[in-house]
Parts: sequence; structure tokens; C-alpha cells
Amino acid sequence: MAVRQHDIQADAPENHSPAHAAAHGAHAEGQQHPIKLYLWVWVLLFVFSAFSYMVDYFQLQGALRWTLILVFMVIKASFIVAIFMHMAWERLALKLAILVPPLSLLILIGLMAIEGDYTFLTRLAWFAK
Amino acid sequence: MSHEPATLEPGFRGVTADWSADKQAFPVPWGKAMMWIFLLSDTFIFTCFLTSYMNVRMSTTEPWPNTAEVFALTVGGHHIPLLLIAIMTMVLITSSGTMAMAVNFGYRRDRKRTAALMFVTAALGLCFVGMQAFEWTKLIVDEGVRPWGNPLGAAQFGSSFFMITGFHGLHVTGGVIYLSVVAARVLSGFYDRKGTYETVEVAGLYWHFVDLVWVFIFAFFYLW
Repeated sequence: MAVRQHDIQADAPENHSPAHAAAHGAHAEGQQHPIKLYLWVWVLLFVFSAFSYMVDYFQLQGALRWTLILVFMVIKASFIVAIFMHMAWERLALKLAILVPPLSLLILIGLMAIEGDYTFLTRLAWFAK
Repeated sequence: MSHEPATLEPGFRGVTADWSADKQAFPVPWGKAMMWIFLLSDTFIFTCFLTSYMNVRMSTTEPWPNTAEVFALTVGGHHIPLLLIAIMTMVLITSSGTMAMAVNFGYRRDRKRTAALMFVTAALGLCFVGMQAFEWTKLIVDEGVRPWGNPLGAAQFGSSFFMITGFHGLHVTGGVIYLSVVAARVLSGFYDRKGTYETVEVAGLYWHFVDLVWVFIFAFFYLW
């Protein structure tokens, strides 16, 4: 890491203020990860996408289908956010500010599911007459 | 910029001073924090679309078209279900991989590799939009799918499909333009003169989000 840090400083343009360079260098070092890590995540995303596709290809149905689809979806989304979007290396304040608010959407989804079910039953009752 | 308690400004100038002066909440470049907040709002928009789709799909009494068959392709006499969507997924994941590496080379200030990987990312994005245009044409012209109805089943299929994939496609198109502009600036040495490559990471965040949304659309719209 120390060598890489040195490279970054050396590559910095002449007019770069030392304080800024130092601050940026520290930041850059914090976001330096080996290319291998990204290639691994890339391969994993391919594999889990293939798994999702297989769920449909083999026509799995019912609870098993839903469990597998959701599990693969969450795994893929987690890899993208954590590694590709660097969320794993951000400070907790930023993680909380971005990741907690979407949880409120679960309430919307729950309410709309109840509403959809109610509308469906109402339509069945209405169309049966 | 620091304000003593005795000189607190009133009115709107005071509001901006209170919210900005010496009170940085997130120790990241401002562009990155703003992009994250934009993506948070975009998350709400896409979730609202997917939730409305769930609602109309649950409440319709008509059978929903079988997406595995609607999006099937026949290659060399073999009928493969959902093939087009599988290819589109792979293209988008690959573009996310190249973008992640572009960001990595950006932090190493490797001007040429960063620009090259970003152009590859934009090209893959363009490829994705092209396949989406093909998919839309197939559905509109061959299958007769319209936002208000279709011969395959529930009328809500068309409106949900065009709204969700259309909005996502617009994001991809916008991303291709955004990435091309940033990549051209990388190549011209703009960020070397500026002294920071953080714009590359901010553009990367946007692009990964587009991929992230596709993960959810793939699961809920195509696999349900």
C-alpha cells in the first residue's frame, strides 16, 4: 500500500496543493482494491444470474421458486452495493443515511399487497354476479 | 465560513449557513454524497413502479402473459425461453464489471485505461439499449402489445412493461451519455488538471445503480 500511495503522489500534477494531495491520497488509498476482487464479484454475479435463469428454465414453482428468486436477487444486489459501489468501505453515517430509508418502502409494499388482494376478491365477487 | 453565535444570519441565508457551515456530515466528496442521495430518491421511484406493478398483477382477474414465452428466442431451431433477457442481464453485469475497474484505474490516475474501460462500459450500455429496442419492437409490432391492452392476457401487462423497462432504458441511455462525456474528459486530461478523478467514481455509482435496478426488474418482472 505504501508503494502505491507513493505512486499516486508522484503522478499528481505539479500545481497540486500539498494539503489537497495528501487528503486525496489518503482517500484514494482507502478506495484501493485489487482488480481481482472486482473480477471475483463479476464472476459471482454471472453465476447467480445463471442460477436465477435456471429457476425459470426448470419451471420450479411455488414457495421454492420464490425463495430461490429472492435469495439470488438479494445476493446479487448486496454484491453490487457492497463491492462495486464501495458501500462496504464507507463510514457508518453514510451507510445508515442511504440504506435505512428504503426500508420504509416495505410498508408501502405490504399495504399495496393487502390492497391488491382486496381488489382481486372484490372483482371476483363483482364479476361472479 | 464559520459563524459566531452572535452573527447568525436570519432568513434563507441563515438556512444555507446553518446547513452548510463547518458541519460536514459525510467525509466524502460532495459529488459522491449528492449522487448517493439522488440514487436514494431514484430507489423510491423504481420501488413505486414495481409496487404498482405488483398491485395491478395481484388484482387482475385475467391471466398474466407467460413472460418466459413472451421473451423467448428461437436460435437455430431451438426454442429457448427468456434468452434475450438472459443476454441483456449478462451484458449489463459485464458493463458494471468494466465500470468498477475503470473506477479502480481512476484512483491510480491511469488516464488511458480509465477512459478505455469507461468507453467499453458505454458501448455495452448502448448494446443493452439496442437489445431493448429490439424487444420493444418485437412486442409492439409482432405481438400487438399496447399500454392499454394486448392479445396475450391481462391488459396491465403492457402498461407495467412499458413503464418499468422504459424508465430503466431511459436511465441506461442517460448513463451512456453521462459516461461518454466523463470518459472524453478523462482522456483529455481534464481530471489530471483538476487534481482528482472522483467524478469517475460518482459516474460509476450511477452506472452500478442502473445494474442494481435491473437485478430487481429481472427478478420481479421477468421471473415472476
